[in-house]
Amino acid sequence: MGAIFKRDFTSYFNSAIGYITMAVFFFFSGLYFYTTCLYTKTSDMYYVFQSMFLVIMFVIPLFTMKLFSEERKQKTDQALLTSPISITRIVIGKYLSAIAMFAICLLIFIVFEIILAFIATPSVGVIFGNILGLLLLGSSLISIGIFVSSLTESQAVAALVTFAIEFVINILDSFASTVSNDFLKNLLLAFSFRTRYNNFALGLINFADVIFYLSVTALFLFLTIRVIDKRRWS
Amino acid sequence: MIEVKNLVKNYGRQTALDGVTFSVKDGEILGFLGPNGAGKSTTMNIITGYISATDGTVLIDGIDILEEPQKAKSKIGYLPEIPPVYGDMTVESYLKFMFDIKKLTLPKKEHILEVSKLVGVDKVSDRLIKHLSKGYRQRVGFAQALLGNPPVLILDEPTVGLDPNQIIEMRNLIRKLGKKHTIILSSHVLSEVQATCDRIVVINKGKIVADDMKDSMTSRAADNKIVAVIEGREQGVISAIRNVSGVLNVRKTGEPERGCGEYMIECKEGVDIRRALFKTMATQSMPILMLHRDEYSLEDIFIKLTQGEGGDK
Repeated sequence: MGAIFKRDFTSYFNSAIGYITMAVFFFFSGLYFYTTCLYTKTSDMYYVFQSMFLVIMFVIPLFTMKLFSEERKQKTDQALLTSPISITRIVIGKYLSAIAMFAICLLIFIVFEIILAFIATPSVGVIFGNILGLLLLGSSLISIGIFVSSLTESQAVAALVTFAIEFVINILDSFASTVSNDFLKNLLLAFSFRTRYNNFALGLINFADVIFYLSVTALFLFLTIRVIDKRRWS
Repeated sequence: MIEVKNLVKNYGRQTALDGVTFSVKDGEILGFLGPNGAGKSTTMNIITGYISATDGTVLIDGIDILEEPQKAKSKIGYLPEIPPVYGDMTVESYLKFMFDIKKLTLPKKEHILEVSKLVGVDKVSDRLIKHLSKGYRQRVGFAQALLGNPPVLILDEPTVGLDPNQIIEMRNLIRKLGKKHTIILSSHVLSEVQATCDRIVVINKGKIVADDMKDSMTSRAADNKIVAVIEGREQGVISAIRNVSGVLNVRKTGEPERGCGEYMIECKEGVDIRRALFKTMATQSMPILMLHRDEYSLEDIFIKLTQGEGGDK
């Protein structure tokens, strides 16, 4: 697991993809930070974090697209799957490498908070809630991205499909409001990533929200393991 | 060491393997021969646990690959058809990575250096794999398979893409490794298995069509025939040959040089007429320019075994 993590993590930096993705993330988070906080002279990060949903929708597929698709395309999965290492460990190792990349991206918010500290006294609780929420949202989207990557041999397809799924997740709330059937509406809202994330963006940490994102992460990692295991039988 | 029993693999309705059974003894080099698409790679992928069989069992040193996959896999070094190397890694970092996921406990640096030297990649250890030639990638893949000195080596077409010098090197290396490892080697190049293997199993359309020691296989198919190139007039030569005792039939099969004929001589079972033939022709001053037994080559056997079953693929 450690070896898989190390290989995939360093491989982000062996090509331009790791640097470019991080640059994109820093640029857009910086842009939102400037326009909503610095320009309007407020220390309230709610709108910045709310907008980050959109930014990570673009960034995460780039982190996850190649994790399994490229292994299959280059046939390197033959080395992994014939080694005495379980599929679970391979999947978790890859997940950890993507989440580590994502966590590095989130470090920029510490810089932002330090800048804000000059304007107003920051609330550590809110900052913690903000960053934790983004990390959890990212974690669930990363596991979805990994799952999609395990289904195809093409990086481009993996990235596009992951993005499409994220897009659906993003508009789920507005879609739910058009549903007249109360049961369906509530069902859709129960799976709303956005509502739960907005709680974090406000700085609220609900136990249920944490569990929700962790469950989604676990579910899709589990499905990835199943997909890889199943392929050996078909 | 390796026990393959009744393997069946279906891809949907297509049957890739249909009751493949064979076993490999300790320290044996088994050649796995078959035309493209015969099921060689499928069999190897099942033995190594990359894919699962629809039915049947594989035992590595008595351990079932499905029941205790990690234990069985740790005994196997596998070089797939396309070497499973990461282009964005250097040779050394790749081998270190493979060392780690194989959970080896040997001294890491020394062992990697030893294996690198053995397959001849020690001089390119700091280069990115994507910049290496096909031959070198193949060697890196081979190095990966050798890590941890696994008792079993499975090599899927190990010499594909190598130049003639590299092929000879690779064969010698496999021969050398055969002393310490049990090896299964697949190929559709017949001379290759002939040169490296102790035993040959022929597979066609998912079925084993021959499982035999190499020598007994070739001599079984060989009839008692001799081919000779002799200088002299055809009629004189033929009548002279007929006078040699043990000769059943002679016919001219060609004229490789001017004034020389190639003759196919059939003799009695178990009689070696070559010395007598030499003396007879010498007294007739009809020099023998070439003389050899017409044993069937593996090519002939292979064609014999794999033809006549439709050939619709």
